Amino acid sequence: MTLQEEQKINADLLRPLQRTTVWFYLLVAFLGTIVLCGGAAWIYQMWYGIGVAGIRWPIFWAFYITNFVFWIGISHAGTLISAILRLVNATWRRPVTRCAEVITVFALMIGAMFPIIHLGRPWLFFWLIPYPSEREIWPNLRSPLAWDFFAISTYLTGSTLFLYLPTIPDFALLRDQLTGWRKRVYGVLALGWQGTTKQWHRLEAAMQIMAIAIVPVAISVHTIVSFDFSMSPVPMWHSTVFGPYFVAGAIFSGIAGLIIAMAVLRKVLHLEDYLHPVHFENLGKLLLMMTLLWGYFTFIERLTVWYGNSSAEMAVFWETQSGSYSPLFWTMVICNFVIPFPILSIKKLRTITGCVIASSTIVVGMWLERFLIVVPSLGTKFLPYSWGSYRPQPVEILITAATFAAMVLLYALFAKVVPMISIWELKVGGHGRPHMITAAEDEEQRALWRARP
Amino acid sequence: MTHRWGMAVDLDRCTGCEACVTACRTENNVRIAGPEESAKGRSIAWIRVERYYEGDFPDVRVKFRPVMCQQCDAAPCEPVCPTYASHHSEEGLNAQIYNRCIGTRYCANACPYNVRFFNFGNPVWDRPLDLPLNPDVSVREVGVVEKCTFCTQRISAGKDQAKAEGRELRDGEIKPACVQSCPTSALVFGDLNDPESAVSMLSRSSRGTKLMDDLGTQPKVTYLKKEY
Ligand code: SF4
Repeated sequence: MTLQEEQKINADLLRPLQRTTVWFYLLVAFLGTIVLCGGAAWIYQMWYGIGVAGIRWPIFWAFYITNFVFWIGISHAGTLISAILRLVNATWRRPVTRCAEVITVFALMIGAMFPIIHLGRPWLFFWLIPYPSEREIWPNLRSPLAWDFFAISTYLTGSTLFLYLPTIPDFALLRDQLTGWRKRVYGVLALGWQGTTKQWHRLEAAMQIMAIAIVPVAISVHTIVSFDFSMSPVPMWHSTVFGPYFVAGAIFSGIAGLIIAMAVLRKVLHLEDYLHPVHFENLGKLLLMMTLLWGYFTFIERLTVWYGNSSAEMAVFWETQSGSYSPLFWTMVICNFVIPFPILSIKKLRTITGCVIASSTIVVGMWLERFLIVVPSLGTKFLPYSWGSYRPQPVEILITAATFAAMVLLYALFAKVVPMISIWELKVGGHGRPHMITAAEDEEQRALWRARP
Repeated sequence: MTHRWGMAVDLDRCTGCEACVTACRTENNVRIAGPEESAKGRSIAWIRVERYYEGDFPDVRVKFRPVMCQQCDAAPCEPVCPTYASHHSEEGLNAQIYNRCIGTRYCANACPYNVRFFNFGNPVWDRPLDLPLNPDVSVREVGVVEKCTFCTQRISAGKDQAKAEGRELRDGEIKPACVQSCPTSALVFGDLNDPESAVSMLSRSSRGTKLMDDLGTQPKVTYLKKEY
């Protein structure tokens, strides 16, 4: 790589850190307002009791738990994808990994808030933590909620490290390029990185270990989230398929979230030279596979219930299939399968725009999926006397909206302080423009092959 | 010998008068929600009389089934509680420590009988409804889950009384509020470890069934089916 090329990479990727437009401030103000409103809604809910939300006997979990599962799902985009791509040494991954890893960290932070927001007495949330109390009362380790605590904190620690490690050389670059207090901050973050051979070896080794370690952690996290449901004898929750079903759904929504984030970054930060159509094309193929997997899981989940034909489960089944939740159910099917499947499977449609459209519907569909897992089962439990319905209330809607705003806000702020594409990795990778093989080239290759003696 | 408290409910005797519901409410300081709040699903009733209708008009038959916590031996609500607020007592009761409850409401979801309730707001009793508040029972704060306890306060009072008098507990001496107030004696409470107690004998009756026995929760409440 020539010096000019390296300088261009530096200039392009450091531009967002150095120059801030008025649009950025407007965006931050707008999103910040929504987040503050969400915070106010939460304080209001704590003050008056969680009765201000729409949850009601017997539907004790609704929007908040839906959001919890949804955000933990979104968090599977990053670390998992980037770890797998690192492990299989996919060179096209280089510009993608950091955007993905950031999603993980922020989505996890937001997701982890929800079990606390939904508590009846949130100020006592620390009782879920096994802290050494003088009364020697420990959390109940038989409860999936206690497992959640361990799973999420492990995953958050792991993915933060996984994000941080490959950023160290970039922090060092920033330290060397900037002046004043920012130089000092980046100096601390760079941990004395000098780019010696020994340091590079250590970094490579550490990243390799992290990439291997993080995959089982990520898979276990969403399996454990699924245990929150499948460990209780509630119709259609008590299912062995939930573990893999949730993991598949998580990766599915995660990739969709990543594609949307990449497309936005590409437009807003003018990264057209780095995030190419081929990245979207490849992620689109991955998404296509997950669409099929999701369709398969949803189908078999329902098939086994229908075949089992137990009256309590069938009540929930018909409630979602053709009862009061059916509009949501069929919207989910359309969003998660009917729209994305053709878009992603037809090569002509698998463009950047196509991938973004498919991803947007998938994000909506996956949120609905989580909702449809949580609510109908609780509203249609065994005794018909105690069936109930649910309607979200303004607090719940506001808090939900605020978390989406918080995600974008955190992402935008992060993009202001850290380059969204790993600069050193691009340089190491020798950044040529990857291109898709055209039909003509393909034919040429074939002809060559056939012509061989 | 430790006790194992259980109950038998004779559905043939239940007239659906709901005296048990009222008695339980008064005995246990159960919060009063009022019509609007109740419509929002905020009401609490540790015992309820479920009504089921059979047949078409005019040949309608109504069935009543009082449902309270079944004090399951394999209670699904217990293992899911992350703070041990819901746990099994030595006498086989499913006990709830209100101070320890942080309101995950997981137990309420896991309970197949839907007999766990949540305090959606701070409890208020308008005058004069606050006058009969029972001093032996705590008033539950907002955000905690509560449920039928077989009137533990009465159980301990009964045991203390027997101990003070230096004798064994007599069968039928302890009566939870619902049992005491049932005009037709449809509810019978006692010690299942005592094979001679009324509740033990009723539990062994051929009319006896357990609610949703197939779930494996091993309830300690036996329902005696109708004889007609
Ligand atoms: S009836 Fe419900 S609350 Fe009572 S012990 Fe059984 S599962 Fe727990």
